[in-house]
Amino acid sequence: MSALTITFAILFYLATACLVGFTARKIWIYAKTPAPLKIPITPAPTTRRGVAFRMLKELTIFESLFKSNKWTWLFGWLFHFGLLLVLLRHLRYFTDPVWAWVVFIQPFGKYATFMLLAGLAGLWGRRLLVDRVRYISAPSDHLMLLLLIAIGATGALMTFVKHTDIVALKSFFIGLMTFSWSAMPNDLILIVHLSLVILLMLIFPFSKLLHAPGIFFSPTLNQVDNPRERRHVAADWTTKIESSMKSTRAS
Amino acid sequence: MAVAEFDTPELKEYPVIPHLQKDVMAHSRPFEAKAELQEKLGFPGGLIDNWQQVAIEKMGELNKKYRSLQVYLDSCVKCGACTDKCHYYLGTSDPKNMPVARQDLYRKIYRRYFTISGKLFPKLVGAEDLTEEVLEDWYSYFHQCSQCRRCSVYCPYGIDTAEISMAAREVMDTVGKGQKYCNEIIGKAQTIGNNLGLPEPALVNTLEGLEEDVEEETGVKVRFPVDEKGAEVLLITPSADFFAEPHIDGLIGYAKVFHQAKISWTLSSFASEAANFGMFIGSYENMQKLALRIRQAAIDLGVKRIVFGECGHAWRVAYSFLNTLAGPFDFLDQNYPIPQHICEVTHGLIEEGKLTLDPSRNDDMVVTYHDSCNVARASRMGDKPGGQFEIPREIIKAVCNHYVDMPSHSIKEGTYCCGGGGGLLTDDLIELRVKGALPRMEALKSVVDEYGVTHMAAICAICKSQFSKVFPYYNFSMDQIISLHQLVSNAIVLQPEGNSSEGSDDESQVEAA
Ligand code: HEM
Ligand code: HEM
Ligand code: SF4
Ligand code: SF4
Repeated sequence: MSALTITFAILFYLATACLVGFTARKIWIYAKTPAPLKIPITPAPTTRRGVAFRMLKELTIFESLFKSNKWTWLFGWLFHFGLLLVLLRHLRYFTDPVWAWVVFIQPFGKYATFMLLAGLAGLWGRRLLVDRVRYISAPSDHLMLLLLIAIGATGALMTFVKHTDIVALKSFFIGLMTFSWSAMPNDLILIVHLSLVILLMLIFPFSKLLHAPGIFFSPTLNQVDNPRERRHVAADWTTKIESSMKSTRAS
Repeated sequence: MAVAEFDTPELKEYPVIPHLQKDVMAHSRPFEAKAELQEKLGFPGGLIDNWQQVAIEKMGELNKKYRSLQVYLDSCVKCGACTDKCHYYLGTSDPKNMPVARQDLYRKIYRRYFTISGKLFPKLVGAEDLTEEVLEDWYSYFHQCSQCRRCSVYCPYGIDTAEISMAAREVMDTVGKGQKYCNEIIGKAQTIGNNLGLPEPALVNTLEGLEEDVEEETGVKVRFPVDEKGAEVLLITPSADFFAEPHIDGLIGYAKVFHQAKISWTLSSFASEAANFGMFIGSYENMQKLALRIRQAAIDLGVKRIVFGECGHAWRVAYSFLNTLAGPFDFLDQNYPIPQHICEVTHGLIEEGKLTLDPSRNDDMVVTYHDSCNVARASRMGDKPGGQFEIPREIIKAVCNHYVDMPSHSIKEGTYCCGGGGGLLTDDLIELRVKGALPRMEALKSVVDEYGVTHMAAICAICKSQFSKVFPYYNFSMDQIISLHQLVSNAIVLQPEGNSSEGSDDESQVEAA
């Protein structure tokens, strides 16, 4: 077994553990931190079903962003939808036999690369050119876009310019998943692509990429607007204060 | 500290997003609270020696107490969508007044002390140590946020800068750096019962005077009761309604509505304040203390309903928080919403035809309506989403023949703050208040020019005070801001004692149609 295979096998195990472990930890923290008060933001739905619909709109069409800024919305949506299609297309490396719907979306996923790259380029352009967005950007905000662009570009190189050995790559990943390792193809572009992907996986739980799980826990978006109908009591620490206050209050 | 000279911004025909002018508002800061005021609320009297350590501990504590804070600090992607949404940025051009930049003043400290990336690579991720300069920036810029939540509407994750401002103010109070205006007022409300520090005899006196004035003007004895046990409704209204213009005309309006609908009501001298500045400083405990006074008053007076007068943030605390802070209200009549807004009461009565209205009495005005941020974005009225937009407008249209809306980007959920909310309604912040009013002034000017609008109605005590103060800077006159219930008060046709009910019902149905 080559050093390359061993290195990447270990790195992928580590990166996966980090991604899953630390993201799960964050999700757990979000879930157990109470939302003591009702703070849904207008237009706030008055039913659970309404909240689900609102969330669905935020997740799929970025409704608030659309209201807010059409260019950011356009680039952001191109990027995320492109990313989604690309990642779904990637499922073929990890499933055997490949699911029928994954086979079906292969051509879409292939060209979604251009959505992804165009979106990222647009977002980076805004970050560089609009003085307000430039002001709020830390180096990491630029580098994050650069990283995604580099991943997309190396992927596109393999897809459209210099193919890699997909069959071997697939058996490498299936091998990782079943703990019966097989060799990883020695292909420079692929090595770069995968190294960057590992970096992304390592960064995810410690960066603003937490917006992906975070959005589900945003009280302004996920609360039902019914404070008068249902008394909202969600936090231990508020009930503690309350009992101490009520007991000291004049009859 | 002398109030700095400043130029009133120019009103443009179309809203323009300004270019950044760094630190132009760094000098804007409210007076600090003196030791005595601080200690009354349980905060240290002045900046404590180990303030850094205590501040960081407090930040850690707040992260565990508020999911909003924890999620918002992690989730912002710096997309920039909110950068042009804050009236204070639009009015001042100071980049630290962009919502995300304001959050970042707090976030960079959070990152430094609470995240792995910020501990290891502070420069890379924009993390910073908590230094004296940072604290000064906090004091300045977290008192340039009116907690209006406009940014939250436009953020893809609903990140609410108000939550972060509240947290920052709470941290500052904890280390002994409190704001005079808010903390002084909270102290008064907790001991005397209202923000003005108006004691019971003065309140009773004022209301008796009002009763006489109204009787003189209308020939009808409209009552303004205080502490009347067994009344049906306890009215909780901002204390500005007792003396300030144009607030007081609103109070007269509520009294006339109750009078004509034959609803017995009372004010409470113990809880003579709707406003709850505890919210502005992010202090749950202080907010709850004030809320519990209302509960106590309702129990002591044996009322069946609680109704709130025209006040924006008070309605947020009432609608969204009161049940949590001081509930359950199982001793009140469950057939009415608890609590209820005066606009809901009036609107319901208009729909039932119980008010006799003559809208032509307001024919000298062309009216527009300013959605107050806390009503528009942090609460609701009626039983449908958006009721807080429709109900006040329907009332105005029922009592007034000439109504127009301001441009759509400046109303309803997109409404611009008056510039004085969130505990900033103080003379030491006048420059900020004038500049922050710019987007609303532009929107108003556009309907004044196009439709000849003469008056703007509002249902918030802070908005009303703020506009009467800043209108003159923009060449409007201070009496162009009016209370919504002032319009109702003008239009309501009161019958002299004795011959009210039957006849008026038919008439009112015609009027309300
Ligand atoms: C629940 C799923 C997700 C939702 C709803 C979501 C939504 C959004 C939205 C609304 C924005 C702001 C607009 C924009 O700049 O594009 C954004 C930004 C961003 N998202 Fe996501 N996202 C999700 C998952 C992801 C994932 C899985 C990644 C990366 C691997 C990602 C990477 C980014 C990046 C890098 C930005 C910042 C773009 C910039 O710098 O302007 N997102 N996301
Ligand atoms: C373990 C994870 C990954 C593996 C094994 C992998 C592998 C590959 C391979 C072998 C290709 C070439 C496909 C071909 O020749 O047809 C490719 C393409 C591509 N990859 Fe990845 N990749 C991974 C993760 C990612 C991630 C996280 C992104 C995006 C952020 C990404 C973006 C792309 C893009 C845009 C393409 C070109 C379009 C396509 O063929 O789908 N990849 N990837
Ligand atoms: S809450 Fe209002 S004042 Fe504060 S940053 Fe957001 S838009 Fe500005
Ligand atoms: S809109 Fe929301 S996510 Fe975007 S920069 Fe502003 S606060 Fe951050």
